[in-house]
Amino acid sequence: MADSGTFLAALATLGYPLAAHVVLAASALALGLVIALPLVLAARAWPAAGRIALGLASLIQTIPALALLALFYPLLLSLSALVGGGIPALGFLPSLLALALYAVLPILRNGVTGLASLDPALREAADGLGMTASQKLWWIEAPLVAPIVMAGIRTAAVWTIGAATLSTTVGQPSLGDPIFAGLQIQDWTLVLAGCLAAATLALIADGVLALIEWGVAQGRRLPLLAGAAMLALGVSAAVASVAGFGQAASHGRQTITIGAKNFSEQFILARLIGDRLEAAGFTVRYRQGLGSAVIYRALAAGDIDVYVEYAGTLWTNQMARRDVPTRPAMIAAIGAWTQATDGVRVVGPLGFENAYVFAMRQDMARAHGIATIADLTRQAPQLRLGSDLEFLRRPEWQAVQAAYGLRFAASRSYSPTFMYRALASGDVDVITAFSSDGRIAADRLMVLTDPKQAIPGYDALLLVSAAHAHDQRLIAALTPLVGAIPVATMQRANYLVDRDQNKVSPQAVARVLAQDIARRRLAHGFDLHPLAIQHR
Amino acid sequence: MLPGPELRFVNVSRSYGMIAAVSDVRLTIAAGSFVALVGASGSGKSTLLKTVNRLVAPDSGHVEIAGLRSDTQPDHALRRAIGYVFQNIGLFPHMSVADNIGIGLKLRGQADRSARIAEMLALVGLDPALAERMPDALSGGQRQRVGVARALAPASGLLLMDEPFGALDPITRDELGREMRDLHQRLGLTTIMVTHDMAEALLLADRVVVMAGGRIAGNATPTELLAGAGGSEAQALVAVPREQARRLAMMSNPDSGYSGHG
Repeated sequence: MADSGTFLAALATLGYPLAAHVVLAASALALGLVIALPLVLAARAWPAAGRIALGLASLIQTIPALALLALFYPLLLSLSALVGGGIPALGFLPSLLALALYAVLPILRNGVTGLASLDPALREAADGLGMTASQKLWWIEAPLVAPIVMAGIRTAAVWTIGAATLSTTVGQPSLGDPIFAGLQIQDWTLVLAGCLAAATLALIADGVLALIEWGVAQGRRLPLLAGAAMLALGVSAAVASVAGFGQAASHGRQTITIGAKNFSEQFILARLIGDRLEAAGFTVRYRQGLGSAVIYRALAAGDIDVYVEYAGTLWTNQMARRDVPTRPAMIAAIGAWTQATDGVRVVGPLGFENAYVFAMRQDMARAHGIATIADLTRQAPQLRLGSDLEFLRRPEWQAVQAAYGLRFAASRSYSPTFMYRALASGDVDVITAFSSDGRIAADRLMVLTDPKQAIPGYDALLLVSAAHAHDQRLIAALTPLVGAIPVATMQRANYLVDRDQNKVSPQAVARVLAQDIARRRLAHGFDLHPLAIQHR
Repeated sequence: MLPGPELRFVNVSRSYGMIAAVSDVRLTIAAGSFVALVGASGSGKSTLLKTVNRLVAPDSGHVEIAGLRSDTQPDHALRRAIGYVFQNIGLFPHMSVADNIGIGLKLRGQADRSARIAEMLALVGLDPALAERMPDALSGGQRQRVGVARALAPASGLLLMDEPFGALDPITRDELGREMRDLHQRLGLTTIMVTHDMAEALLLADRVVVMAGGRIAGNATPTELLAGAGGSEAQALVAVPREQARRLAMMSNPDSGYSGHG
């Protein structure tokens, strides 16, 4: 367990995610109000419309927040295509829209039920006194329903602040950054810091809104104004500090956004790249935890500027190729394709592969006489497969099945950490490991060869967005990484983060890796990046 | 205070779906009189009352107030000139007693309301100290007094009351009834009160109009009703308090032949 020092250090890194989180949640709540309040008025005039709106809002609520956020990505993408581009599909906008939809229900429901539960005698008295429809609304109904609507706003605020942590997955910085990063690398200090910050923020917001609600219910100005002032202060401080980050970018130093998927190797490489760019005078921002499916689109759209992708992933997913050429031919073809399609520059391969491989315990492999996938295919009907969460739906699995006719007795999906544990404990016999994973060496696993070359190469490639493809200073800062990381080095680096005991943070590992690269350049005294792609 | 106007119902009808709540009612209420509208539940008495201030709009026919048709101005303007008191009172819970009483004045755009509010509190017999209380701090009787003060504050000469004392305990009910009669007299109002209690009607009103099935089944003074006039529906209603009074009298004088609880 982490000591209090590392916990405080984790908390100290939360400044920017916290500010971004506050801005996002406050904007979503405001937009939710702008949508919900007119709906409440519409429901007052046409009760049938109110029932439909409530039904729709409830329906939206049943969609898991994670899915709702992800759904906005293709939605905005096609909308953007429809209007000729310009609508960002990642980051703030999809998060704002999804969270605002979430915020609508509690406000709408409280408003509608509040109006419905008003004593009919009050409306009769108001009519009998000769109030006009709008006097009845603003003098009688609105003040009486306001506390109930405020209670709905409180609920919406707590939900929004909680759900905003999920916006990390669509590339919007939030308190989900430390939570998702921590979950992937099993750094519980980071997870705890993120959760605690989000929970504290929700409690504070709830408390301040409770003060306003009390002021509204009692008709007292002071608590109402005090609460409103606190809210305004908190939100404007957050806006100012988010804007501050942006300004640091525009004043001389250019901001480069580095993307990373959601596993340790990506976190380490993002930091390695970030440290080099900072040393070269750039301001660096990280978008970590992006889904495999969206990260390349994010680069193509310019939402991120640099990230490390694996050749086979682009080859099978983006390019939809099913043939398996040699690794250098594949890298050259990918470079040409990304350049032609999106203006994305492949700076070069880092020197290692992170391929899907079939791995077994050595004793097991020896006992069954298995060394290749072909051997495995003969024994597979008696064996159980453990895979990661996506492998069985990926084209690579179809390719392997087509090439070898591989059939297992059973298969189960795990998150990576538990997949290795399942193999160690004998729950499964074969796993779909990653070739750069440190646990292959640490657990002394046997990696099966692929004689039919059904699985394409997975060279780690350094990609730069079109906007920076010709930035000589940036390219010069990144080029020394090309061909600089052998697979054994990457395995050791990953293991420092992934192992169960004495975990090291990705930032620290990135620094170790940087020193290692520098040392080997000195020792060899020659150019380590013969594979660098010449860009024209 | 304006003197109470004369009121005329001219062939007023109103139905809800297939059910005729009020059928072709013709009735004149003299200026300054206190009229009780009496009838069983569903007899149409409350609907008829509400056609006056158009909380219920007639399907056909119209109401004339001081010779003017009530549907010639916007409903809200009409209602501001008519006092309205009902069983559920409807005091606004987020406003003080004073603000509740003054709301009709505020609707007229009158800025200086405090003198009139104090006058109304005194008129309905409430302690001036109650002015700053919220309605939920009052007893049922106090609340209905505030309801009456709110209805009378804009100095309208016409007062409509729909079962005004229905939710009050018998002692408060009797007390408030007599005070209302007194106020009616002092202010020269035209008052129409809907009640299902014939005893209350007989004791407070100048005229009792009996309704049955949406029509007027009787229209007589209390003296005439007690003398047996006014028609069979009216007499059936008068028989109830008369029978109660007879039994009470017998209980206090057992020799006169009272033979047990029945």
